[in-house]
Amino acid sequence: MSKVAEIFETMAYGPAPESAAPAVAWLEGHQRRFAHFIGGTWAPPGEGEYFDTVNPATAQPLARVAQGGAADVDRAVAAARAAFPAWRALEGHARARHLYAIARHLQKHARLFAVLETLDNGKPIREARDIDIPLVARHFYHHAGWAALQSEALSGYEPVGVVGQIIPWNFPLLMLAWKIAPALATGNTVVLKPAEFTSLTALRFAELCAEIGLPPGVVNIVTGDGRTGETLVKHPDVDKIAFTGSTDVGRLIRVATAGTGKRLSLELGGKSPFVVFDDADLDSVVEGVVDAIWFNQGQVCCAGSRILAHEGIADQLVAKLKARMETLRMGDPLDKAVDLGAIIAPVQLEKIERLVAQGREEGATIWQPSWSAPQEGYFYPPTLCTDLGPADTIAQVEIFGPVVVLMSFRTPEEAVELANNTRYGLAASVWTENINLALDVAPKIKAGTIWINCTNVFDAASGFGGYRESGYGREGGLEGLWEYVRRVGGRPVGRPVPESAPTAPDPTVSNRPSAAPPARRAAGKGGGDVPIDRTAKLYIGGKQARPDGGYSLTVRAPDGTVVGEVARGNRKDLRNAVEAAHKAAGWGRATAHTRAQVLYYVGENLAARAGEFARRLERAVGLSPSAADAEVDLAVRRLFTYAAWADKWDGRVHHTPFRNVTLAMPEPIGVMAIVCPTRPSLLGLVSLVAPAVAMGNTTVVVPSEAYPLAATDFYQVLDTSDVPGGVVNIVTGARDELAEVLAGHDDVDAIWYDGPAEGCGMVERLSVGNMKRTWVSDGAARDWADPAHGAGEEFLREATQVKNIWVPYGE
Amino acid sequence: MVKVRDSRAAPAATYVARPTPERNPGTALDLDWVRDLRVNRSAVERRADTLVRRRTVKRDWQAAWLLRAVTCMDLTTLASDDTPGRVRRLCAKARHPVRRDLLAALGLGTADLRVAAVCVYHAFVETAVEALRGTDLPVAAVSTGFPAGLGPFPQRVAEIRASVAAGAREIDIVITRAHVLTGHWEALYDEVRAFREACGDAHLKTILGTGELGTLRNVARASAVCLMAGADFIKTSTGKEAVNATLPVGLVMARMIRAYRERTNVAVGFKPAGGIRTARQALDWLLLMKDELGDAWLGPARFRLGASSLLTDIERQLEHAVTGRYSAAHRHGMG
Repeated sequence: MSKVAEIFETMAYGPAPESAAPAVAWLEGHQRRFAHFIGGTWAPPGEGEYFDTVNPATAQPLARVAQGGAADVDRAVAAARAAFPAWRALEGHARARHLYAIARHLQKHARLFAVLETLDNGKPIREARDIDIPLVARHFYHHAGWAALQSEALSGYEPVGVVGQIIPWNFPLLMLAWKIAPALATGNTVVLKPAEFTSLTALRFAELCAEIGLPPGVVNIVTGDGRTGETLVKHPDVDKIAFTGSTDVGRLIRVATAGTGKRLSLELGGKSPFVVFDDADLDSVVEGVVDAIWFNQGQVCCAGSRILAHEGIADQLVAKLKARMETLRMGDPLDKAVDLGAIIAPVQLEKIERLVAQGREEGATIWQPSWSAPQEGYFYPPTLCTDLGPADTIAQVEIFGPVVVLMSFRTPEEAVELANNTRYGLAASVWTENINLALDVAPKIKAGTIWINCTNVFDAASGFGGYRESGYGREGGLEGLWEYVRRVGGRPVGRPVPESAPTAPDPTVSNRPSAAPPARRAAGKGGGDVPIDRTAKLYIGGKQARPDGGYSLTVRAPDGTVVGEVARGNRKDLRNAVEAAHKAAGWGRATAHTRAQVLYYVGENLAARAGEFARRLERAVGLSPSAADAEVDLAVRRLFTYAAWADKWDGRVHHTPFRNVTLAMPEPIGVMAIVCPTRPSLLGLVSLVAPAVAMGNTTVVVPSEAYPLAATDFYQVLDTSDVPGGVVNIVTGARDELAEVLAGHDDVDAIWYDGPAEGCGMVERLSVGNMKRTWVSDGAARDWADPAHGAGEEFLREATQVKNIWVPYGE
Repeated sequence: MVKVRDSRAAPAATYVARPTPERNPGTALDLDWVRDLRVNRSAVERRADTLVRRRTVKRDWQAAWLLRAVTCMDLTTLASDDTPGRVRRLCAKARHPVRRDLLAALGLGTADLRVAAVCVYHAFVETAVEALRGTDLPVAAVSTGFPAGLGPFPQRVAEIRASVAAGAREIDIVITRAHVLTGHWEALYDEVRAFREACGDAHLKTILGTGELGTLRNVARASAVCLMAGADFIKTSTGKEAVNATLPVGLVMARMIRAYRERTNVAVGFKPAGGIRTARQALDWLLLMKDELGDAWLGPARFRLGASSLLTDIERQLEHAVTGRYSAAHRHGMG
């Protein structure tokens, strides 16, 4: 029987290999050995060290790649620094031409890039060809547009400078595009380190940069392992680090950059929920799961790795999934008809095997299709885990492989609760034919991207990034550009904060007999005019609260006169305040109009007591009468400003290229800790708290340590202005003592800190517990009185996180 | 090079089997099933789009698959200027759809390779039956007031009986689209039931006219009703609608066939028709069948391609497979 006749009988699939020849020829053209790309030319590693990059489908080495050392990183950063002035000075249109040329050249060489990617990474050629590379080109086209529009769209902002970028191995060229395109569009220059497993497409991209005449030094590629990355992160002349990778490494980077003033954006891990309601189109759900967890062998940070299925349809879904898994095809990634390729490396394969074994030990049912995975190369079959609960390891830990867990829920509320029962918050997928349900659930799931009835769709026009321990910052869209710019002259960096009170806060406790001379309060005016003692307490959950520790701090005016005492808050007070702030989460769901009304009312009531507040500032802070009046007036104005913004900080609808609406919604971050500047004591507090609560956050506020009395007076204004209890909690005391607790509190979602550089570093360092967002003053002062510096959209951006909700439509 | 692991063992070949005696007896109308059906158009379109990018067949595989496509073809002429001569010419092509030298070169020289059926209007059933005498090739008749299906109901039923009496072994009926558009599922069920009854031993293919049903959910619901009413095949289109067989529609219908099989253990056939003109399209449909329904849907017993001009393109591709040179239409005998 002829071969055709035989196939005619069996109707089997046959091999459909994509030729590797052009990619191999390219490798050979480089003698299979690659140097760094620095300042527009190939630069051999200073220490002469090279390592193998391996084809995971065959376990055979493809080429040798330079191991970047300190000298190499130095040269690359110097090249980027040298190129920066001219590149930033280039007209936006000219930068747009460069980015446009990159996009065009990528398309012209699309197949070579795709094949190289598949060889180096092990992903199916279909994915590299149909998904990765088209998205790469799209990213450069889109950002060519932003370069052209920069002067209008980002007026008042300037590039950050030299950006160090570190990318993962799962989407090597795509992650490169996500990093380089926005950086270049906004006028930065970059040093990019590809993942050690997958450097080849970045190196081909380096060539492309030279081909299109990109000025030398604008893009520098330094290859190497984690050590190279660490060197880049710690390099003193790098202004910003952008990282995509594991949460563990993200933590190290946060610690390493803490207190340096380096900007940081992190896109980290995930355990994204895939929520299936009982009215979903289950056959489509099954294909959704294929796209969610068997795309790129599940090595996707936003992989839908946690299926949450309504209990009524869970069994049916499991049966359908098993049937579908039988028809998946795994094999040579260069074959055009495979669904699953190879796992990147033995270390990852072992991790997957270890976690699945642990799942089995913990009692989960592990199911794999009847066909067997190839033995040669690094392959792992698609795997479905059932009979497990949220407390089991594999339901919590990111596996980063083709392994999905399935659990059930009863009600939409429970679905949301389970979806949010994770430390991550990168993405979620929601399947239902009920638009009411979909749009109800989408805002409730804490994740940066919500896909309704679809999954793992991406576009340059839409911001991508995480909530919680999945990181911060966005990539794509307008929201992604802010990561690469800063306000022109926004903060006069380097000007030291006029620090604190003339005398350090008196640690003397007032309720204990002391040998020290008693702090004498300023006398009343008349001889017999004995003032009634006023007790400034903490303000927690809408109630005045005595400090847990039972200690107070003496407050002195700048001339040393004692002007009062405030409670000395401690850990437990902060714990209570954070809990109260969480209980007030309904504030974030209140309508923006309601929040605006409350803020206007606060302004109104502050204005009504303006004289009283101004006199207090005179006495307690030593301001001149006119300065005191001016500060109170500015505080009222600022309250009005953010009351105005409350219902005007709109989201956007992104133009992503398929039939859907992509809603970019600014959402409150949650519970925010706000550590206020020493002065202006009233205006500083109002300028920070007002935008935070206007955007729907609830707050734990540490007022000026030296001049806290404006804050303790202020809570009386809050009390009379319909501010729901718990929305603003005020804990007075020693600033850095309190900031330390708040920065390390794992249930605080963000922290703003205005204070000395050491405190900024401390806050950033301690934030890694839950990877909370930080916004610190870098030890520099801000001109709070100037609305251009002390108010504005920057504050609103810092008080919100953008969630992109993709809603395909069409009946 | 790593070998591709085919996920499924090849089942016993069924391609030579003509429509099996197994019929779909139908079931009672389950309205809950009809009303509970959910189809997400965007997700279906995404699957249809990626399905044919996830799979491909090359070289020998492509040739073999195209030959199989030929055996699944309902070679069709449904033009108002049809004549007995035209129909006889089509039947001659149906007997020998691929040039013998090409078959020999592909190693199938001894195979009795023919299309699945010849599909004509009632007026030409007898002509076709006569022309195909000596083969077991069935003649299919479009019926029930094709393509609109809006004639008097008794006459539509009578038309089926007449075609069966004239020798048609397969009847392609059109449903009343209005029943679908207005949600009169009982009426649709009763109508198809009556057609099924009139068919007797002839196999019933129900044409949904999917281009006129408005939504994919309607396609699913109409499919479900026709399946329960006893259709042996569900078919996309008459070829006369503005939009004919599309992959998303085919995907929805294939999934309904799968669901019906899960419910009843009866395997009903699928026939896309209209606008299928290229070998590439024929392969796409086979890929969809194989991945969504399995190998049992890769032969004429459960899969038909309704087409007129498709065969020529397949012949050209087959010649290319043999010679390595691109072929021309005039090198292959007309149907």
